[in-house]
Amino acid sequence: MAQTTSPATEATAPGEGVGADGIDGPDGTGKGGRTPSDSASGGETDVVGLGKWRASAFVAPALILVSIFLVFPALWTIYIGITNYRLTGIAARAPEFVGFDNYVRAVGDADFLNSLYLTLIFVLFSAVIGQNVLGFGLAWRLQNVQGWVRGLVQSLVLLAWILPSSIVAFLWIALLDRDSGTLNALLGTPGLAWLIEYPMVSIIVFNIWRGTAFSMLLYSAALASVPPSQLETATLVGASRWQTLRDIVFPHVRGHVLTNTLLISLWTFNDFTPFLITAGGPNDRTEILPVYIYNTAISGGQMGYGAAVSLIMLLINLIIALFYIRLLRERK
Amino acid sequence: MAQIDLVNLSKVYPGDVRAVDDLTLTIPDGEFFALLGPSGCGKTTLLRTIAGLEEATSGSVRIGDRDVTRLPPGKRELAMVFQDYALFPHMTVVDNISYPLKIKGLAKEDRLDRAVKAGDELSLDGLMERRPSELSGGQQQRVALARAIATHPQVFLFDEPLSNLDARLRLEARTFLKRLQRDLGVTTVFVTHDQAEALAMADRMAVMQSGRIRQVGTAREVFQHPVNTFVANFIGSTPMNLLDASVRGDALDVAGQRVDLPEDVRRHVTDGQEVVVGVRPEYLTVSSSAVDGGLQGVVAIVENLGTAALVTLEADDLSVAVTVPDGEEPPIGADAWVTPVPGRVLIYRREDGELVDAPVAAAVG
Repeated sequence: MAQTTSPATEATAPGEGVGADGIDGPDGTGKGGRTPSDSASGGETDVVGLGKWRASAFVAPALILVSIFLVFPALWTIYIGITNYRLTGIAARAPEFVGFDNYVRAVGDADFLNSLYLTLIFVLFSAVIGQNVLGFGLAWRLQNVQGWVRGLVQSLVLLAWILPSSIVAFLWIALLDRDSGTLNALLGTPGLAWLIEYPMVSIIVFNIWRGTAFSMLLYSAALASVPPSQLETATLVGASRWQTLRDIVFPHVRGHVLTNTLLISLWTFNDFTPFLITAGGPNDRTEILPVYIYNTAISGGQMGYGAAVSLIMLLINLIIALFYIRLLRERK
Repeated sequence: MAQIDLVNLSKVYPGDVRAVDDLTLTIPDGEFFALLGPSGCGKTTLLRTIAGLEEATSGSVRIGDRDVTRLPPGKRELAMVFQDYALFPHMTVVDNISYPLKIKGLAKEDRLDRAVKAGDELSLDGLMERRPSELSGGQQQRVALARAIATHPQVFLFDEPLSNLDARLRLEARTFLKRLQRDLGVTTVFVTHDQAEALAMADRMAVMQSGRIRQVGTAREVFQHPVNTFVANFIGSTPMNLLDASVRGDALDVAGQRVDLPEDVRRHVTDGQEVVVGVRPEYLTVSSSAVDGGLQGVVAIVENLGTAALVTLEADDLSVAVTVPDGEEPPIGADAWVTPVPGRVLIYRREDGELVDAPVAAAVG
């Protein structure tokens, strides 16, 4: 590209220095205004004509930030995962290399396996089933609803999604409180301690409430992409709503269902917000993996072990992602 | 078997938009009927109201001897082909064609049998296992038609069936559709904005404007005898000449010149009345020498139409278009005289655009 433009450049550009100013300058008539800097850096072949070094300088700040805050901590986690590093004590000062001990310990640790089990339950019911079904249902139902009703419902659902975690956690604690909770007042069940009697159900319902907005928005967009003429053809041949959904709508949005399920599964898997409501209790009954890691690594001070569990969790995430991507590819 | 009767049909959208306005129309059994008009005239809404995709605000729709106004689309025994064909991309051709039969609860062998038969009729054999995305535009259209045929409906509805095809294929599809409709003998209503398409294909047509019918008739009636200036203007590949004139005794004053007034309309006009003279370019002859009672003008533009040329003359501030046979075009800048073919001049009232011999209180417009 640069080669085709450079002869013209040489003919019109009086000097090399005008490059950057050419566009603003009084002589920037459009004829040669855009090209002069092309020839400035000689053999470089990028379109803008920055040259390798100047181009790198533009990317560098972002790269440095990513390195400091993402790459380094990730590598650091891997490193401390193979040590007995602790927050306090001797092992904090001089952590020892322990190889795969932490991993071996995790695999045999009943607490860890319990957490893993709780996490899978949490993801399955709150995300894969809960958010997915409710989100699709809302999107489907709101399709032909009057403008203001749809706006209102969507706003309310979105509100649950965009409010800060600390605020919604407080709201839910207030809702579920044993003595003066809103839910007990509504149901007429004074003294029922939801978070103690039904802790897992509580955080599952909480997460459905919190995260459905994303599925609803994604499915709304997906449903809007189904050509109306195909739906009308179904109507004309007398297909019921359910038949239309099964035979025409669902095949169109199948890819979106997989994408959505992948995203909400991963997000829910890594979600820490339930900690703000139950702190993993009572009796570790809601100690999902992120909470388990926090409780062992930060509260319990076992940094090395926590790091190892984090890495295991990352691997599980990867497996989930690969599984969905595999499914997605098979569909095409 | 299935005549369509529309009685005082109206479709009003919120905001008092009258898409279909108190329309009454009968389409006899087996007819190939076109709804023709510019965009926004209500033709598609009318078709969708017949289909049941839009609910009539008032009036009634009858198909055969049944009042279907309040019936859901699936119970009206009609099949519709959409502009984009609306084929289901995830189904093979044979599944697409047999889908309506599946919904109607036919056994698998029966519906496969009928789908294959309909496919064969439209020469789709060999394509039955393909997906719509693997077919050409013309093939997709035939799949959509096969899907419509396979259900043996009382009525076919086509919404701009040809507009997604390229120009050459469109001509072939016209002939093909017309033959298909004739063979099947099913009452068919199709919507088009292309007057040439309507003239070529339809047994009869309704020319629509603002939710109302401005004229119903055969291609010949609508072309040769448009009953108002709207239809006159809309029909015809070369627009009809519509010249302002006023009546002077038993002649017309057109652009300051005296032009013969056809005898048959003389009793319908009064001296001094303001009228519009309508005559098609095809029904005018041009002469390079003075003709008594002809209109004189100067040749301004010559457009080649292939077998003929469209010559535009300027007379005062009026333009008159005339078609002349290939090779007989007068030179540009020359004086020329045009005279109409006898019996082909239409005189419209200036105030409402209706023919002068039409009843005055036509209440249209």
